[in-house]
Amino acid sequence: MTKYKQIRIALNNCGVIDPENIEDYIARDGYMALGKCITEMTPQDVIKEIKDSGLRGRGGGGFPAGLKWEIASKNHADQKYVVCNADEGDPGAFMDRSVLEGDPHAVLEAMAICGYSIGATKGLIYIRAEYPLAIKRLKIAIDQAREVGLLGKNIFGSKFDFDIELRYGAGAFVCGEETSLIHSMEGLRGEPTIKPPFPAEKGYLGKPTNVNNVETYASVPIIIRKGASWFNKIGTEKSKGTKVFALAGKVNNVGLVEVPMGTTLREVIFEIGGGIQNGKKFKAVQTGGPSGGCLTEKHLDTPIDFDNLVAAGSMMGSGGMIVMDEDNCMVSVAKFYLDFTVEESCGKCSPCRIGNKRLFELLERITKGQGTMDDLQRLRNMSNVIKDTSLCGLGQTSPNPVLSTLDNFYDEYLAHVKDHKCPAGECKDLMKYFIIAENCVGCTACARVCPVGAITGEKKEAHLINSETCIKCGACMERCKFDAIIIK
Amino acid sequence: MTKIKTLADLVKLRDELQSKQALADSADNAESIIQIKVGMGTSGIASGAKAVIDFLVEALEKRNIEANVSQTGDMGYSYAEPTIEVKKPGKDPVVFGFVNVQKADEIIEKYIKRDELVEGIIPVNYHTIDN
Ligand SMILES: Cc1cc2nc3c(=O)[nH]c(=O)nc-3n(C[C@H](O)[C@H](O)[C@H](O)COP(=O)(O)O)c2cc1C
Ligand code: SF4
Repeated sequence: MTKYKQIRIALNNCGVIDPENIEDYIARDGYMALGKCITEMTPQDVIKEIKDSGLRGRGGGGFPAGLKWEIASKNHADQKYVVCNADEGDPGAFMDRSVLEGDPHAVLEAMAICGYSIGATKGLIYIRAEYPLAIKRLKIAIDQAREVGLLGKNIFGSKFDFDIELRYGAGAFVCGEETSLIHSMEGLRGEPTIKPPFPAEKGYLGKPTNVNNVETYASVPIIIRKGASWFNKIGTEKSKGTKVFALAGKVNNVGLVEVPMGTTLREVIFEIGGGIQNGKKFKAVQTGGPSGGCLTEKHLDTPIDFDNLVAAGSMMGSGGMIVMDEDNCMVSVAKFYLDFTVEESCGKCSPCRIGNKRLFELLERITKGQGTMDDLQRLRNMSNVIKDTSLCGLGQTSPNPVLSTLDNFYDEYLAHVKDHKCPAGECKDLMKYFIIAENCVGCTACARVCPVGAITGEKKEAHLINSETCIKCGACMERCKFDAIIIK
Repeated sequence: MTKIKTLADLVKLRDELQSKQALADSADNAESIIQIKVGMGTSGIASGAKAVIDFLVEALEKRNIEANVSQTGDMGYSYAEPTIEVKKPGKDPVVFGFVNVQKADEIIEKYIKRDELVEGIIPVNYHTIDN
């Protein structure tokens, strides 16, 4: 398997089958894995197979899936639950949506397999209401599976019953955190609680609950069909199999990418992704969403896996990968993510609620050219406090975009603070539009296009931009045919 | 559809579906047929895949070309949406990107009718689980 960089495991059927037709799925060996588990394997065998495969959770943390199933199986209760986390809240991520829209039965089949192995009869898919098409296709898939008896009572003529329902999220990022998600499903406020107890002990309605991500489940049927030893040959020593990334940003081939663990960032961005748009220079790649960090040129040859990305100062996250070029200001990038976190913090604990807001304000000052050297130190100190003292994963990781840009792009922070300049030319407050008098022929084109009337001058004479009124929209620069307008 | 009560039932159904598919795929056969898939994930639909699938169904019928047009999920090439895959009996499937109604028309007239190549083919760039 060397000809291509990509292997489609989780995306095996995506873009191949008609997701609204169960026969298409069955023709591609669909539900064979469930049949094999129920007919030929004990629940312990199934758990062992998943453990041996080395499959780790694809929703962010990378916790071994088989081990999680084993814990849930050993916690005895009259009712247990299998939950699929389809909240997918990272900005720019669309892997889970694509899997659900393209191959919904794979997730249903895997949830039933999980139910069989841990002793649960009920499955719940927590999906954001902003995914109407995925919801529609899941509903169709559930109905079709029920109709032929692949969900419901006595599946494959056994004693095993399993059924699945949908639960809708309203799109709060924190509801992707598993304890929050469970509270939200219970009809409570979507706020996290301290772990332990983990959901595998006390989850939905206080019962043992196994929570996994969409892509984690989507990998399960193939592992059962092809065997753990097939799966664990793909990937690196500690991260097995493949990972789907939603490649986005300033890269030519934006799209879904599924590569074996251990593929380098360079291969993903430059070979599969086709390099940077418009021949610009690569600057950074953001992985792990609001919890992750920005990696640079020097990380391009790092093999992607759970541990390497953490060591490099970012993380795998759920698979968002946003590529940035020379026109992206890294302070602004950090500010963008902080803005998101401030908006999405549930407010339950003060380090996250107040700390992130203060971080955001500091970044805002820096992008306005009002920052000081003390502010840079304060950014770092406060980031560490927030990480160490927040209650849930949101606050514990939210300063990562700040810390990683401080580490990798300190010069850019210095330029903002000391020289009051934004090298990438993105921070509007630090830019000024000027007219070079020698180049200006006085054609008045700029004055006519300026939406706020900031440009004055007589016909056939050099014009002038009033920087007080200028809103830095750049309209004049685009219009000028004589290269007379510059940014300083 | 009949209920699947045992693993043997499922295997039987799968085998039937697979041989039906093989018949449709093979080159010289009464049941062989052109198969077209339109990528209809959110990004495909947002880029106009619905108009393309509607056009394909209507145009193929009007021009008396027997074909099976179906929807599928995201093929992964978001940058080139809408994407469609055309499989002529006995041939490897070909994926076309940036397919609007005009392009779909060109694909029918040139590739489907006359086997002429059309620009915008996206080469296969991944392994499947079977190879
Ligand atoms: C703030 C926050 C947001 C999260 N959002 C998601 C999400 O959108 N989807 C997801 O699968 N996991 C998300 N997680 C991780 C879940 O808490 C949980 O670890 C995961 O669903 C477990 O599944 P896995 O082991 O298959 O990855 C989030 C965690 C945190 C702290
Ligand atoms: S860290 Fe933030 S999101 Fe998490 S509980 Fe505290 S306030 Fe809420």
